[in-house]
Amino acid sequence: MGAGHAHRLYRHGHSPVHGLPPHTKLAATFAFVVVVVSTPREAMWAFGLYAVLLAAVARTARVPARFLLKRLLIEVPFVAFAVLMPFVAEGERVEVLGVSLSVGGLWGAWNVLAKGTLGVAASVLLASTTELRELLLGLQRLKLPPLLVQIASFMVRYGDVIADEMRRMRIARESRGFEAKGVRHWGVLAKSAGALFIRSYERGERVHLAMVSRGYAGTMPVIDEVTASRAQWTYALTLPLSALVVCLLGWTL
Amino acid sequence: MHVPDGFIDAPTSAVTGVVAATAVAVSLRGARRELDERTAPLAGLVAAFIFAVQMLNFPVAAGTSGHLLGGALAAILVGPYTGVLCVSVVLLMQGILFADGGLTALGVNITNMAIVTTVVAYAVFRLLVKVLPRGRRSITVASFAAALLSVPAAALAFTLMYAVGGTTDVSLGKVATAMVGVHVLIGLGEATITALTVGAVVAVRPDLVYGARDLRQRLSLRVNGELVDAPAAEPAPVAARPPRRIWAVGLVTSLVLAGFVSFYASANPDGLEKVAADHGIDKKAEDHAAADSPLADYGVKDITDARLSGGLAGVIGVGVTVVAGSAVFWAVRRRRTAGPADVSPASTSGA
Repeated sequence: MGAGHAHRLYRHGHSPVHGLPPHTKLAATFAFVVVVVSTPREAMWAFGLYAVLLAAVARTARVPARFLLKRLLIEVPFVAFAVLMPFVAEGERVEVLGVSLSVGGLWGAWNVLAKGTLGVAASVLLASTTELRELLLGLQRLKLPPLLVQIASFMVRYGDVIADEMRRMRIARESRGFEAKGVRHWGVLAKSAGALFIRSYERGERVHLAMVSRGYAGTMPVIDEVTASRAQWTYALTLPLSALVVCLLGWTL
Repeated sequence: MHVPDGFIDAPTSAVTGVVAATAVAVSLRGARRELDERTAPLAGLVAAFIFAVQMLNFPVAAGTSGHLLGGALAAILVGPYTGVLCVSVVLLMQGILFADGGLTALGVNITNMAIVTTVVAYAVFRLLVKVLPRGRRSITVASFAAALLSVPAAALAFTLMYAVGGTTDVSLGKVATAMVGVHVLIGLGEATITALTVGAVVAVRPDLVYGARDLRQRLSLRVNGELVDAPAAEPAPVAARPPRRIWAVGLVTSLVLAGFVSFYASANPDGLEKVAADHGIDKKAEDHAAADSPLADYGVKDITDARLSGGLAGVIGVGVTVVAGSAVFWAVRRRRTAGPADVSPASTSGA
């Protein structure tokens, strides 16, 4: 499998973070997010420190800040939601620039914004330093049921194929003068979705037959067993452990 | 509707995580029954389909457009178990790869968008298909209703989680009205598109629609000029429900109830205690011999937080009960199997 199979979220590189075994990275990311979520929201400085920690990881991984910030845009819908919170929440109110805002709502908005942004940034770092296939191997190493990992790997492998098929159907519609303008055109789009389902399902049947004829008996052979040394685990877990220290400080101070 | 990190507090996220994991485990078994060894490629391709169809935008009016969520569609097209699996896998990959939905909120997201939508949609669908006359039109009507109800149901489930573990003090009425109100509208769009899509598939390949299996025509043979129904294939014997699963589901349920729901149980004395106290019956009642045990009065001794203490005591209680009960059961079964020489197959299969 050559370079064409890397997904567009992945950023090729040879940094120490890229080189870590995938399951250590997955575990570290997950532990980091759990620690961030359980930090009290009143400890504002703690979230600043978390951001610094993530920035340090991004620097080690040589992921440019622009790339990271651009990918953070996925959060925008929830930012809009968070901005609404101070206006609708209950409790004590405070005047800011002549607008009455709820104190609890302000804290809530801060809480969601800070924790959500840190969570998204951590996932973005994980996805941009780990190849898709590696991620799936890592999930398997972390004892996710093998069947679930297989389903996920088929979804990931064929996601682009199915999306391409959808794109070709769109081009076919458009080249026949179709333009979706409103509810009246839902019928046509739904027929395309139906055709897409039939094509996907039939492709699944063909893939299964092809696999059976190559000796598939329910499990996929693992060719490259990845193991992590103690040093690699320690290196990967530096991030959540230092975050844990910050979190404990946040609870006690 | 992807919930980010920090929106729901940590304990609630953990409980929904357990719920989601249990449901996915049950669905893995169920999907194997629905699809046998074709599970991996077929469920994977259907997951890819759901993933792609979520990118298909349906224009609503000038400028705005919506897209399909897919829970109801998956349930009707490939069956409830495979549907739960496919949507869960899509959510898992969206969380890890696209940072869409928080990693700690994965349990919340899977419970809401994969489990509640799929289960509600399939229940409504089956019910309507049973009630309505057999035919293609009923399938379309039933899919419409199923998808219409599944989206507000997920919004309600989210409101419930918010009530238990929300991090902001917004009044529940407001959250419920806003969520359900918006999602009824989204549900209308979802319902129309789902019904049209299911209709399109039923028209071409009715055999692929799991929910329309009953529509399949029986094979008829013309014998001496008369149409005779061909004998139906023998249905495969259904395996008995493995006791281990019932056991696991029961254990998880009681742990959740004891450790978590008991937070919200009334701390007031129960009816009997209340009557006793009112009428002075309990004056003479002596303290129970275990009153100074570390778990007395459903609380753990040195933990001052009443909720945490009650929950912990509940979990420990369930644990002790299960261990004691299993020990009794084990001892009884050992004696019974030791008597006659033959060992029952159930005990050899390690159930």
